[in-house]
Parts: sequence; structure tokens; C-alpha cells
Amino acid sequence: MDDSAAKPAQTFRIETAGGAPRIAASIAVLIVLVLALLPMVASRTLVQDFIFLFYMLALAQCWNLLAGYAGLISVGQQAFVGLGGYLLFALTLIGGLNPLLAILLAGVISALCALPTALIVFRLRGAYFAIGTWVVAEVYRLVFAQIKPLGGGTGTSLTSSVTSSVPGIEQVRALLDVRTPAARDIVSYWVALTLVVATLAAVYFILRSRRGLALGAIRDQEAAAAGLGVDIYRIKLAVYVATAAMTGMIGALIYLQKARISPDAAFSVLDWTAYVIFIVVIGGIGTMEGPVIGAVVFYLMQRYLADFGAWYLILLGTLGILIMLFAPRGLWGLILNWRDVTIFPIGDG
Amino acid sequence: MALLETHNLTAFYGDFQALYGIDTTLEKGETIAIIGANGAGKSTFLKSIAGLIHGSADSVLLDGNPIGARPAAEIVKLGIALVPEGRRLFPSLTVEENLLIGGYGRKTSGPWTLDRVQALFPILKERRSSATPTLSGGQQQMVAIGRALMSNPCILLCDEISLGLAPIVIADIYAALPRIKAEGTSVVLVEQDVVQAMKVADRVYCFQEGRLSLTGRPRDLTRDQIHRAYFGT
Amino acid sequence: MTGWIDAVIQGVLLGGLYALFAAGLSLMFGVMRLVNLAHGDLIVLAAFAILAVATKLGLDPFVAVLVATPILFVLGFALQHVLLNRTLGRDLLPPLLVTFGLSIIIQNGLLQTFSADSQRLRSGPIETASIPLGGGIAVGVVPLLTMLSAIAVIVLLNFIFYRTPVGRAFRATSDDLEVAQLMGVDHRRIFAVAMGLAFVVIGIAALYLGLRANFDPTIGPARLLYAFEAVIIGGLGSFWGTLAGGIVLGLAQTIGARIDPEWQILAGHLAFLAVLVVRPRGLFPRAQD
Repeated sequence: MDDSAAKPAQTFRIETAGGAPRIAASIAVLIVLVLALLPMVASRTLVQDFIFLFYMLALAQCWNLLAGYAGLISVGQQAFVGLGGYLLFALTLIGGLNPLLAILLAGVISALCALPTALIVFRLRGAYFAIGTWVVAEVYRLVFAQIKPLGGGTGTSLTSSVTSSVPGIEQVRALLDVRTPAARDIVSYWVALTLVVATLAAVYFILRSRRGLALGAIRDQEAAAAGLGVDIYRIKLAVYVATAAMTGMIGALIYLQKARISPDAAFSVLDWTAYVIFIVVIGGIGTMEGPVIGAVVFYLMQRYLADFGAWYLILLGTLGILIMLFAPRGLWGLILNWRDVTIFPIGDG
Repeated sequence: MALLETHNLTAFYGDFQALYGIDTTLEKGETIAIIGANGAGKSTFLKSIAGLIHGSADSVLLDGNPIGARPAAEIVKLGIALVPEGRRLFPSLTVEENLLIGGYGRKTSGPWTLDRVQALFPILKERRSSATPTLSGGQQQMVAIGRALMSNPCILLCDEISLGLAPIVIADIYAALPRIKAEGTSVVLVEQDVVQAMKVADRVYCFQEGRLSLTGRPRDLTRDQIHRAYFGT
Repeated sequence: MTGWIDAVIQGVLLGGLYALFAAGLSLMFGVMRLVNLAHGDLIVLAAFAILAVATKLGLDPFVAVLVATPILFVLGFALQHVLLNRTLGRDLLPPLLVTFGLSIIIQNGLLQTFSADSQRLRSGPIETASIPLGGGIAVGVVPLLTMLSAIAVIVLLNFIFYRTPVGRAFRATSDDLEVAQLMGVDHRRIFAVAMGLAFVVIGIAALYLGLRANFDPTIGPARLLYAFEAVIIGGLGSFWGTLAGGIVLGLAQTIGARIDPEWQILAGHLAFLAVLVVRPRGLFPRAQD
């Protein structure tokens, strides 16, 4: 039984590397190169906008991996964004570490925290798991609100000595002849770009691995996957912990860029989960291309409509519901109906 | 005009076609049996009539009216009740509640009431407050049949009512059939037990891989004919 | 010592409020397996609706909720029939995400309509009235009424579920959707009736939410979490278990607050997680997951 489960996976892998995806890969490399060079010419506002776009996209890919592939519908990913952010503050302000090292460490510690968290929330199934993760995020928020050295309920700011201690700022300032704050943004931009590319690559390789193909099986039919000898629990646990690590690092980066943290903002369900879900749903859940499209759409809406405040959020909620009801595969699904294309050849379009 | 007629009935599960153009008729008061090997499409046929699987409207006619596209909840109100394969009683309802829910959508009055169903299967009165999972297989089958009767059907569809039961229990259950027919009810039996089916049916339809392979009165059919229709050549 | 006894009494009575929050959620899950992420926001929405009816018509909130009950039933029926029935199926994602979207729409709709100001339902002297129990301990009339209402709601729901045809249809649909249809049960209608009923319970919960404390458009999600915790602590599938779960949660919160006021909410969440670790199926499990 185990052998027969493994064999299709082998043939599958051969079939998924066709000629068109290779062209797509070259295009992807080109896009990353262009993006990497963008700050040389772009305005500071545009650089900041792109940082926002990058981290929202990275968060969306993480949530998509959880919900779209592993069937772990979480509404509590703000737990790890906030945890990563607070870890960055603790490690730099109190620990005196270099911020870049702190981002990496935030990922490791987030993964370590995710493990016991998972052992508890995994006791809840299906939809109840969703609310369980939300409770856990609330617990994280309330606990960090109690930590006085990090500002308790009101929060705290990074000192300028921390924000300017990121390696590379001096060189960028000298090289591009910009002021320190702009140089800081450019370095953050590159860190964010690195993170989003790393997240995309990580998700891509997880999904292309044998485990990833097993994930597809979980999504399609949990009982059948179990029948094939797939250890669902362990795979789900691995995905949960891996996304927590990625989400924690993204959170650390977000709050390095923001330089100010408070429990209510860092553990905000709206900012770090609702928006992220919106991106995935509008783009197309269960695909890697969907969140990319969703992130761009969300960025444009945020840029031009966010001033409408409550009405803007009502619009987001309504759009999300309509997409879920009438086009559950999102914009990418609509594109696929129209033309059969794949950018990330994972195995199912 | 026949009471129930299927005309060129087809059924699909996704891309898989389970029935290919089935034509059958059922007269008032008649009992027909559908026989065939596993996977021949017998249960699918009953589900299509009961409205659990939808086809084109005029592929199923009741008194000449097209009902093929109606939902199950409406079909039962038109007088067609299904005893589903595997009994499928409601585990959180008691025996009596299972019977009562059978009459949930009942519009017309008819011969079957709670008292009469309990008279047909006296054990159901005795165990009226029991949870259904505690009943024996035969008793569960009696609840399933009684539950279907509570809607006062003019057509009773029975899917494998002898499956998994001891011969003596099967005899008990089939003993109720004449009393059900005595109320003028037409019966469609899906049976794997060909001998049992031949004993009670007025006519037999044999299915093979989704197609009708043989039709006739039990006494007109030879053992050889049935064997070929059942298993193919 | 008096302080601790008082905390226990207040905690038990607070449990009545949480049981009211939880009863609606439990009903929706029990009949249609729906986990409604907008549940808390619907309670807050109902509280604003009662406030609006009470102010516009100059009614007492207790009368206003009676006026609102049939309207709430129709609203719930319509919500299920028009929107939520479309999300039903094997896939968990559509109902979760649609109700999550609904939650955001309700919060911001309320914000736009009623502003972010804190509101309170006013019902005259009864709000502050209390019954002295001796030894310096007193029980507020409103908290006591909350508990009595919770018990009444549970008795009524149990009656509907176990003594009426529609209750049989609720349970049958929940057991086996397909066979229930064979019995002539129109599951879409049954679900809509269940949601209408849940909305009536939501209205009662909203009345006491608004009488006991201030409310504003943003407090819905926290009420959802309390309701959810009460359901899980009590064990799925039993309304009385829900009351027990509410009381455990209420006790954890008031005892936590007694130790340090900032720990009230955290203590409730931790009690929930502890139950999840020790008894994952809750204290009084009944239904299958």
C-alpha cells in the first residue's frame, strides 16, 4: 500500500517539469532581478508600498499553504506576526542583537512556540480549529500586554540606534546618495524581497515534494489519504510549524520597518488575518498564483480606497463573500477558465 | 397508463455513467424486482426515482407526470417512499421518533398510522423508546420499512432489505410484504437474493452494468437466461 | 473571604450570560454543522437593534426585545435561506469565510451607523437593584435574571428539540441529511427555521449584554470566543453542557480578575485551553464530532 502511494508521486514529478514552466521560471528570475534593482530608481513612497506588498504576499502564501493545501483553516495567524514582531523588539532592545539576526531567530522561536500551540489547537477539528487558533492569538496578545519591559498594553518603540544598526544602511546611503531614512527603507525593501522570494520558494518546494503531494491528497479527501498510509497528523503539524516560522520572520520584518509595536496592532485579526484571507480568496485559494494576483488587487484597493474607512472594509467583506459564493477559485480560477496556463507547475492547476 | 414509468433513464456520478437508458413500468398494485450483480446500477435506479439523483424531468413519470427533476423531499409527498440500503436509521432519534419522522411531510391521510405500523411489526411498539443502534439488524430493517410506510406511499422502493440478515429474519420481513400490498401499494424491490425476488415479484428486471439485460415474469424465465443476464456471457 | 465568595457568585451568574451567547452557536452547529464566525457580531448587532427600538419607540429594553423577537426570527430565517444555505457542503471553507466576511461587514456597518461610542441599554432602577444575601454579599437582579433566562432558554430549546416535530426534523437532518430529505424534510427550510430560532436566542443574549455592561461595535469577536469556549468546555451537543461550560468560563474570569483585574480575560482563555488539554471532548460530551 505504501509503495503504491509513492509510485504515482514519482511519475507525477517527471510530468510536472514541462517546457513552458521552464520559460516561466526564467521570467520569474527576471522579475526578481528587476524588483531587486527597483529601489535604484523608485521613489521612497513606492519603495514603502512595495515593502507592504511583499510582506502581505508572503503572509498570504503562508496562509494559503495552511488553509488551501493542508486544510488548516486558521483565523489566528496574527499570533505569529505579533510574536515575531515582539521577539524582534525583545532581541534587539533587550538582547542587543543585530536586527537581521533577530529576524532569523524570531523565525526559530516562533516555530518552537508553534509546536506546543499546535498540540493544543489540533485537538479541535475542522471549523472549530479556526476559532481555537483565534483564542490562542488572543492569549498571545494578552500575555504580551503583561510584559512591562516591552511597554505592556501601550507598547514601545525601537530606538534609532537599533533601526540604523541594520547592516548595509551606510553602504546604501553612500552608494545611492540618499538620506539615512530612505536608505533604511531600501535595505528593508531588500530584506522583504528576500523573505517573499524565500517564502514563495519554500512553499513551492514543499508542495513539489512528496509530502506536498500528500498535502494535495489531504485537501482532496482526508479519509482516502489516511487509507493510503499518509500520516496526516504529522504532515499537518509540519506545515503548521513551518508556516509559523515564516510568519514569525515576516512579523519581525514588519515591525522592524514600523519601528513601533503595541499588542493591539501586532495581534490584530483584521490586519494580519482578515486582509490576508481576503488576498488569498480573491486571488484563488489552493494555487500559488492566486495570492500573487490577490496581493496586487489588495494593494491597489488599500492605496486608493482605504480612506473610505468603514465603507472600504464593508466593500472588502462583501467582495470576499461574493467571490466565495460565485467564483470560489478566485480571479486566478477565472483566468484559468479562460486560458489554460500555469506559472508554478505544482501538479494541479 | 402505468403508475410509474421510467423512460430512457440515465444517471451519472460525476463523469461516471451508472445507468444507460433504462425503460421500466410499474402498474398499480404490482410488485417488481430489480436484480443484478454488484454495481449493476440497481441502487442508482431507486435513488433516481426517489429524487436523490437528478435526471431529465420526463425520464421518470408518475401517473404520466414528469417528476425526474424534483427534489427528494417533494417526491415523498407525491407518494414514493424509499427504504434505503443499509437501513440508515436516525441514531439520535428513538424507534418511535424514527417512525414519526417518516410521516413528517405527509399531506394525505392513508392506511398507515403509527398504530398500524406497530401492529405490523409488534416489536417496534415494545421497543418504542429504544435508541435505534441498540436494535438487532432485523428490527432495524423493520423500523426502516415502517418509517417509509408512515408517509403512506403508493409506491414503496426497497433497497436490499434482506442484506446481512439471517434467513429466518428475512422470512419475517418478507412476511410483512403481502399485508403492505393488501393496501394497494406497489412495490419495487432491489434484491441480490434472486430466489427471494422471484418468489414475490410479479415481474423481474435484470440490470447488467447499467443496462437492462432481461425482463419478464418469473415463471417465464429460465435459470440459464437469468444467469446470462446477471453475469453476462 | 467575602471577596472570594462574591467572585464565585458573580462568576456563576456571568456563566448565565455566556450560556446565552453559546446557546445560539450550539444550536447552529447542532442542526447544520455551521460554525458562525459572525455570531458575536450578530449579538452586538441585536443589542444595537434593541437600543434603536427602545429609543425610537420609547420602550423599555425588555419590551423592545419582545417587539424585536419576530423581526429577529425573520432576519435569521432570511440570512440562512438567502446566504448561508449557499455555503453548505463538504467543504468547510465557504461557511467559515462567508461568516468571517459577514463579521467585518456587521462591525463596520455598526461603526458607520452608530459611531464607535459605547452604548448601554437603560431599564431604570432594575439595573442597579440587588438582593442582599447577608454577610455583605449581594446578588444583582440583572445578573440573576440573566441566569434565569439562560435556564429558561435551555429548557425551551430542549423542549423544541426533543418534544416537537420540528425538533425531530432538526435532529434527523443533523444525523443524515440525505435520508432526512427522503422523509420529506426540506433541509434548507429546516436550516432557515433553526437560524431564525438562533436569532431569537441572540436577541435575548443581546438584551443582557446591553443591560450588564457597555457595548460598542468592536466587541463582537470577543463574545464569539466566549460563546465558543463555553460550547467546547461543556461538550458538543448538549444545551445543559453549554450552561456548565459558561459557568466554568465565568468562574475562571471572575476568579482571575480577583487575583489581578488585568487577568480576567486571560484566565478565561487559559481555563478553556486547560480543558482542551485534559478533556478534549469537553466536560459533558454528547454528540459525535
